[in-house]
Amino acid sequence: MYAQMVKSTGKGLVARKDMLPEDRAFQDRIDAGEKIEPKDYMPDGYRRNLIRQIGQHAHSEIVGQLPEGNWITRAPTLERKANLLAKVQDEAGHGLYLYCAAETLGVSRDEMTEMLLDGRMKYSSIFNYPTLTWADMGAVGWLVDGAAIMNQVPLQRTSYGPYARAMVRICKEESFHQRQGFHIMMAMVNGTADQKRMAQDALNRFWYPALMMFGPSDKDSVHSAQSMAWRIKMNTNDELRQKFVDETAPQVEYLGLTIPDDDLQWNEDTGHYDFTEPDWAEFFEVISGNGPCNVDRLNARKKAWDDGAWVREAMVVHAEKKAARKQAAE
Amino acid sequence: MQHLFEFLLRQGDNALVLGHRTSEWCGIAPALEEDIALTNTALDLIGQTQLWLGYAAEVEGAGRSANDLAYLRDAYDFRNLLMLEVPNEDFGRTLMRQFLFDAFQVPWLTALQNSADQRVVEIATKSLKEATYHLDRSAETVVALGDGTADSNARMQAALDYLWPYAGELFADDETDRAMADVSIAPLPSGMRPAWAAAVEDTAKAACLKLPESDFAHSGGRTGARHTEHLGHMLAVMQVLQRSYPGAVW
Repeated sequence: MYAQMVKSTGKGLVARKDMLPEDRAFQDRIDAGEKIEPKDYMPDGYRRNLIRQIGQHAHSEIVGQLPEGNWITRAPTLERKANLLAKVQDEAGHGLYLYCAAETLGVSRDEMTEMLLDGRMKYSSIFNYPTLTWADMGAVGWLVDGAAIMNQVPLQRTSYGPYARAMVRICKEESFHQRQGFHIMMAMVNGTADQKRMAQDALNRFWYPALMMFGPSDKDSVHSAQSMAWRIKMNTNDELRQKFVDETAPQVEYLGLTIPDDDLQWNEDTGHYDFTEPDWAEFFEVISGNGPCNVDRLNARKKAWDDGAWVREAMVVHAEKKAARKQAAE
Repeated sequence: MQHLFEFLLRQGDNALVLGHRTSEWCGIAPALEEDIALTNTALDLIGQTQLWLGYAAEVEGAGRSANDLAYLRDAYDFRNLLMLEVPNEDFGRTLMRQFLFDAFQVPWLTALQNSADQRVVEIATKSLKEATYHLDRSAETVVALGDGTADSNARMQAALDYLWPYAGELFADDETDRAMADVSIAPLPSGMRPAWAAAVEDTAKAACLKLPESDFAHSGGRTGARHTEHLGHMLAVMQVLQRSYPGAVW
């Protein structure tokens, strides 16, 4: 899940009887499972919420290139290097589709980039954690992409057409990434003592941050109701987190690793794993800028944006000159 | 066989070193489209590396793999052009270098499609499709940035001036080249010069850039005699895991 803490722009869920007639008709379309398209009527709150959510998701893809980009030049074999390059390239592609989906709502990619860089828009907390060994490339693919899939698969059915369609394409690639990450972990746990140690260390560091990706506990998640009514959020945070733990715990066992949670155990009565919640104080610190890498990540994005300014400007000027020359020749 | 091995290392190391440099851009390019395009180029080059070094390892017959050649040789055993190992510096130099290389690779790989060695023909045929696309893109970008603003023109001119003394190494025939030509595995690199010079002149003109007059050429990369200081640093990063954990399988 790459969208956390998306602040609702409305004042909570509006009762049907209090809706304007056009908003009631809009809600009826959503309830009937119809897709909303860019030129259709939509309430302003729906539009603004979606911009924030899709924008946050797009920014997460772009900032998310950095922790994995950190290992591209050190990938241990030609195959691993190619696979990692392809994965990070897919993420740039996801960013591109998502910015395009957001642009259909009336906000440009450049405007969204400015909002990321000046802190008005956020990205997922997970990318504020460092990648310290090669095993982290396994853990990120397996756990982070795995957690993202939990949220994104249902979003293929979200009410906004361009977002749903972007998500279909993204999900295909994300599930491939997850398998690729798992294969890295497999190689590590079947490797030398050093490699096993790296694998366990990566799991220790990424387990709770991965659980945080689903956002705060439902009881503290005040913005969900309206988003769920609009079908731009399909499941609650806790539902998705539980599903993730239930799917991941057996994989950890298969790898011969240990989840860093002494209280994690299968509960016969509920049919789910019991587990310890992440440290929410840490989560709110990371979200508010105090994660281990927040400053470095944003500085890296700012540097890339600033260093590239002359290129973007020159491309525009060249295109204008070319068009003028063509016109003069006609 | 020693000459064929050397010849294949040159092809593979060019792809590996440029692929690695290009991969350094992943995530930090001037625009998303450029990020995707640069990563694509890097991926193509790493793919070509696997083919060339894979064949080199077979020809050597010493039980080494493409990965062993990439990750377990030191700088003096690398056979890439010096031009490809110097740092990226900025997007302008990166694309100018790509262009100067692509403008060689397209006629070169075209000629290698007629090699007497069937494996060379196969690798060249696959690589040529990619190189043709790379050349279209790098030439177009050099023109756009040269023609763009006064600032971008100055940066592209600086990139061309910096890289120019390294370009001549492309055409420096030696004993290995002559041995390959004698058995019709590859033509002499010097034979590519007219096609390369024509492409470079056309593109520089369209890009409002001035070709440097000096014909001085650094050498030592493709023979391994004297690399730049930059290659060692690149290898220190690239090879760190293979060097730190000998024998580990990743």
